[in-house]
Amino acid sequence: MEGKRQTRMGRTGWTGLLFSFALCLMFASPAHAQTTQNSCLDCHSRLDPPLQVKAEVFARSIHAQKGLSCVSCHGGDPTTDDMARAMSPAAGFKGPISRKQIPALCASCHSNAAYMRGFDPSLRTDEFSQYQTSVHGQLLAKGDTKVAVCTDCHGLHDIRAPSDPQSSVYPLNVAKTCATCHANAAYMKPYKIPTDQYASYTASVHYEDLTVKGDLSAPTCVTCHGSHGAAPPGVTSVVNVCSTCHIFQAELFDKSPHKQAFASMGLPGCVVCHSNHRIVEPTDAFIGTGKGAVCVNCHTRGDPGYIAAARIHQGLTELTVSIQRSDNILSEAESSGVEVGSALLELNDARDDLMKARVSVHNFSVAPVEKNIQAGLAVTQKTYKAGVAALAERDYRRKGLGIALIVILAVVIGFGLLIKKVESRNRQETQK
Amino acid sequence: MSPGAQIRNWLDDRFGWDDLIAFLKHKTVPLHRYSYWYYLGGITLFLFSLQVVTGILLLLYYRPTPSDAFESVQYIMTQARFGWLIRSIHSWGANLMIFTAFAHMFSVAFLKSYRKPRELTWLSGMVLLFLVLGFGFSGYLLPWNTLAFFATTVGTSLVGQVPLVGHWLLIFLRGGQDVTGATLGRFFAFHVALLPGLATAFILVHLVLIQRFGMSVPPRVEPEWKAKPPEQREIRFFPNFLLRELMGWYLALGVLGSLAALKPWELGTKADPFASAPAGIKPEWYFMFMFETLKLLPAKMWFMTGESLGVIAFGIAALLWTLLPFFDHERQGRSGRWAAGVVVFALAYVVALTAYGYMVMAK
Repeated sequence: MEGKRQTRMGRTGWTGLLFSFALCLMFASPAHAQTTQNSCLDCHSRLDPPLQVKAEVFARSIHAQKGLSCVSCHGGDPTTDDMARAMSPAAGFKGPISRKQIPALCASCHSNAAYMRGFDPSLRTDEFSQYQTSVHGQLLAKGDTKVAVCTDCHGLHDIRAPSDPQSSVYPLNVAKTCATCHANAAYMKPYKIPTDQYASYTASVHYEDLTVKGDLSAPTCVTCHGSHGAAPPGVTSVVNVCSTCHIFQAELFDKSPHKQAFASMGLPGCVVCHSNHRIVEPTDAFIGTGKGAVCVNCHTRGDPGYIAAARIHQGLTELTVSIQRSDNILSEAESSGVEVGSALLELNDARDDLMKARVSVHNFSVAPVEKNIQAGLAVTQKTYKAGVAALAERDYRRKGLGIALIVILAVVIGFGLLIKKVESRNRQETQK
Repeated sequence: MSPGAQIRNWLDDRFGWDDLIAFLKHKTVPLHRYSYWYYLGGITLFLFSLQVVTGILLLLYYRPTPSDAFESVQYIMTQARFGWLIRSIHSWGANLMIFTAFAHMFSVAFLKSYRKPRELTWLSGMVLLFLVLGFGFSGYLLPWNTLAFFATTVGTSLVGQVPLVGHWLLIFLRGGQDVTGATLGRFFAFHVALLPGLATAFILVHLVLIQRFGMSVPPRVEPEWKAKPPEQREIRFFPNFLLRELMGWYLALGVLGSLAALKPWELGTKADPFASAPAGIKPEWYFMFMFETLKLLPAKMWFMTGESLGVIAFGIAALLWTLLPFFDHERQGRSGRWAAGVVVFALAYVVALTAYGYMVMAK
């Protein structure tokens, strides 16, 4: 009896223990807890836009990946479900953040070098100071909240690192981001600036390099205009940006008569001939006096510049045609089986001379261009002669083959006749 | 006495010249509807002789070091008088020789000329085929261009897949871990000394055996051949068959000369051991069927890699193929039909995989 009572109590005890355990599990679940990890997202993921912030979207952002959360920018207490407590000023909640406050808010971390060093020592921390020098920054300071602030370019709760291909400021996406405003004629009307920049840029050689050839270092909007400041760091004006890549052309231009002339007329250097956004692949037609030439925009028939332009164009055309002629003859020889590798290699020297001639055009003087052209023509003359010799060799080989085949055929026929003679004799001997 | 007769007498006194001529005069070759296949062996021998002659001429200019090999071939192709012709004949001749060697082997297999008493002739012929493939593999590296370098790298790495001795074989072939100047040196030695010496010995054995046993008559035409009158059954080797053979040799020379003159062999670009292998690297056509088989095998099969298994399988297949006469020994019967089926399958497999390899490449 004692044992049975003990067993009954043991069973009751076990049941009660299990029930308590189940209760604990139920109330320990996040849905029922009085405290929570991130009540901000718990609520805001269920709201409608513009207050909606989806948890999975935020989770993919660079801020979330670096361990930051809602309170890092907005303040408040994310551990409680109680809205009043979660969004109380006592808990540090900053309230709605206006567009004018956004740059300073972002800068509270991004301009703090000591703080940012903990995430990535290579990151710049002068974005805010740069921004304040830009047109966007200056107009914002005057109260114009239509201008771009940090979140317009980088995103809001879905900010990704600039190196992330899905980031709005990844090189392939920058132009489209800028065009969100700058291609919107209605939005940009008060500012009285063109809105065709994006359309022009997408027709340019820079855009082609970026999107077709996949060269991520090719210029996009921020390359010339700066990503936060008015111009890239270390460059005083957008007009001077071209020379940071196109060094030789810029050096030659600085020594040319055009430098002084353009400066005195207030003309923006490279842009005068090459445009600023619709920069297309320059051809030899750019220089000269024919259709598509930019020289005739300023120079008139008979003036020294007009004559120089015509002479330069003639020289470039002559060398281009000469290179093509050599290439054609050498290719013909090569496809015929004659070895012309060294001549083809040498022809590359002429191509180099042509490239140098095209660069030296920026001197806007005949002599340096002519020097490169003559060097190139000397090479093409030599390679053309090599091509002629190669074709002569080909013809010699074919003649030799023809003669050899005739001899071989004659020998084969001779053998055939001999076989007939021998076998005829054999048959006669057999019949005897 | 004419000068010719004097010379003949001088030779006969010392070498038994008249006995040799008598033997040649009486030697006959069977005549039937498959007799044309008999010329393939002679054409292969002729092409081999051309390879020796052109190879010796190339040796006058070729230098077997990484710094000079490509340049010496370039010199041969551009500067040396008729160098382009000699080199192109050598390169095209190699391909033609391997083709006729394979054709000769398959014709012998189809016509069952390997049967008793000609088993040793078949064995010596198989050794010659392997030597010819060795010539092709070793010679391919010598120009030291990009394709040659990487084809040798891939080819020798496959040798390394042989179980137990693979690694040793790889080191032996390459002269080290990688394809370097050491590889070029020893491939040159294989190509101009070792393989020619072995090939000469085995060609002599092969020819002696052919002279000893004569040409076989295929079993399928034997009854109709025997039914012919004696004078229609055979032709004399000298001069009838020999003249026909010479015609074949001259035609082969014409084909070779045309290929060499109209499509000279490419120089390519000098090998750069630090560059990555060109996309779509492939071996020459005579190794393509093996290469494609290895590519089609899964990476892992049971306890070994697909490549190892493939290499072993090819080794076993080559051994069984070499021992074919010992499996097909009945004059009539099941083993004969099985052997014929195996030969058809082997030929179809080689042709299909080779064609497949080029189709895949073209895509």
